[in-house]
Amino acid sequence: MTNTELQIKAIEYRKRLLYYIKKANAGHTGGSLSCVDIISALYNNTLNVSPDNFADAERDRYIQSKGHSVEALYVVLADKGFFPESELETLCRYRSHYVGHPTRKVHGIEQNTGALGHGLSLSVGTALAGKMDRLEYRVFTLLGDGELTEGSNWEASLLASHYKLDNLVAIVDYNRLQITGATFDVCNTDPLEDKFNAFGWSVEHVDGHDFETMSKVFDRTPFQKGKPNLVIAHTTKGKGISYMEGEKRWHHGVPDTQLYNRAMKELDDRLEVLLAQKKQKVKNGNI
Amino acid sequence: MGRSNLEVFSETLQELADSDRDIVAVTSDSRGSGKIAPFGERFPDRMIEVGIAEQNLVGVSAGLASAGKRVFAVSPACFLTARALEQIKNDVAYSDNPVNLIGISAGVSYGALGSTHHTLHDFATLRAIHNITIVSPADNFETRRSIELAAAYDHPVYIRLGKKPMPHLHDDQTKFEFGKGIVITEGEDLAIITTGECVHLASQAAIRLERIHKIKTRVISMHTIKPIDHKLLFQSATQCGSILTVEEHSLHGGLGEACASLLMEAGFNVPFKMMGIPDEYTITGSQAEILSHYRISETGIAEQAWDLISQK
Repeated sequence: MTNTELQIKAIEYRKRLLYYIKKANAGHTGGSLSCVDIISALYNNTLNVSPDNFADAERDRYIQSKGHSVEALYVVLADKGFFPESELETLCRYRSHYVGHPTRKVHGIEQNTGALGHGLSLSVGTALAGKMDRLEYRVFTLLGDGELTEGSNWEASLLASHYKLDNLVAIVDYNRLQITGATFDVCNTDPLEDKFNAFGWSVEHVDGHDFETMSKVFDRTPFQKGKPNLVIAHTTKGKGISYMEGEKRWHHGVPDTQLYNRAMKELDDRLEVLLAQKKQKVKNGNI
Repeated sequence: MGRSNLEVFSETLQELADSDRDIVAVTSDSRGSGKIAPFGERFPDRMIEVGIAEQNLVGVSAGLASAGKRVFAVSPACFLTARALEQIKNDVAYSDNPVNLIGISAGVSYGALGSTHHTLHDFATLRAIHNITIVSPADNFETRRSIELAAAYDHPVYIRLGKKPMPHLHDDQTKFEFGKGIVITEGEDLAIITTGECVHLASQAAIRLERIHKIKTRVISMHTIKPIDHKLLFQSATQCGSILTVEEHSLHGGLGEACASLLMEAGFNVPFKMMGIPDEYTITGSQAEILSHYRISETGIAEQAWDLISQK
């Protein structure tokens, strides 16, 4: 998918996830806005996974360790056809499968997550099975930077390099903000690159809102043969909504109607500009 | 006398692995204590060592299971069901990844190593988690059948094993299935519902009761703690008129309380007593000494049973 198309989707996904969070009056708004571009890059450009091949043993896997940002995953999965988007109208409602954290009751979701520090071990096991069976699939997992203080991540990191799992790609949504405040104030995990290098991983940095770079980096894995891959995706919590960016209160804040309308207007305005640019590019024969 | 249930587990798993290439064993520096080292020698590519890291053991096992492996995660029961409880709850049970969790040297098998190494909580914690079958085999036969069933089962299973040699309680023709208790000795004066390595002690107590008091005791191996065989429990309450439960577990949340709640809800009003480890700082000693201290012995169980019958 072209960069322009992904940029347009970035706006549409944000509009949708805000709509469903507003409707449910619940959700992890800031984190979803932080990671939705990463998930989009994965599902639209990188992963060999679709509703049709989801039972295929050779499909790529995506396991979202930071399960609380599930709204971002839901809107991307709906867009990719895993389920009708209208089902998201039931988000967090009585008897809905669309829980506030990922569950396998929803088509397209690989593992039930939500408690932090679980996704990496699950991904290590899945990647290990791929190596044992000599299957070509890759396992991508998305970790929050805040959740890296869970010790289980470091157990899993050790094992990933011990078994030389170069088919494993862990992406850190490095927005440097968690519910209490700045990650480096709560319990500093920096420098991440040095830590993961010391654990035997190969590390790359990307702008987690730059589709072109992300897609290229994901396609370059393994960065080094025999080493698990860590991508530190530099992101902004609340990305795309001016008053939410970098503000911890939007970790799981739901905007009131006035702020919601303001957010939608910001997104609509940007969408209008992007669509106009796209039209111009088509006219010029650049797309 | 048979061998330890742990050795039988290891032997059975190797036999199954001969014909099923998807069977893997995952250990946390526990291949020796789990008697699983021979599996690793025969199938080095299917032995996953994670080091001393029980949370990772269970998470990795869940990942392997989700990708089609028949996983046996082998670790001391005390660590497996406590440190990795959240991984069991979420990655195994909630996600329905069919991992077989093998809790080795459960109960007070580690004896004088102390409370860090005792497992008196596993029934209680796991009973409160949806979607996991809890099995506590009594002898080599029950162990073998449990492992065979678990290997073919598509949902999570926890199997609790001890490490001392166990006498044979069954012949090979005995029917064994998860959720169906087995009557070891018939009787209608009293029913002893028990599980794991206590079944043998209860059987000896039954012989003693018959010899001394001419009492006919029904001893039931309730090898599956969840789902529990409530039909056999109710039938025994009706036919025997009194129930004694015996387990190598805390008196809180184990087999006894499971039976008590079922009986009460069903309206049974029969003399009922639970034997297990009381809620106190556990005494130091060998497994046999600790159990005897809490009257979980041939004589202790027989005395308790006699007291109970006198209430009928």
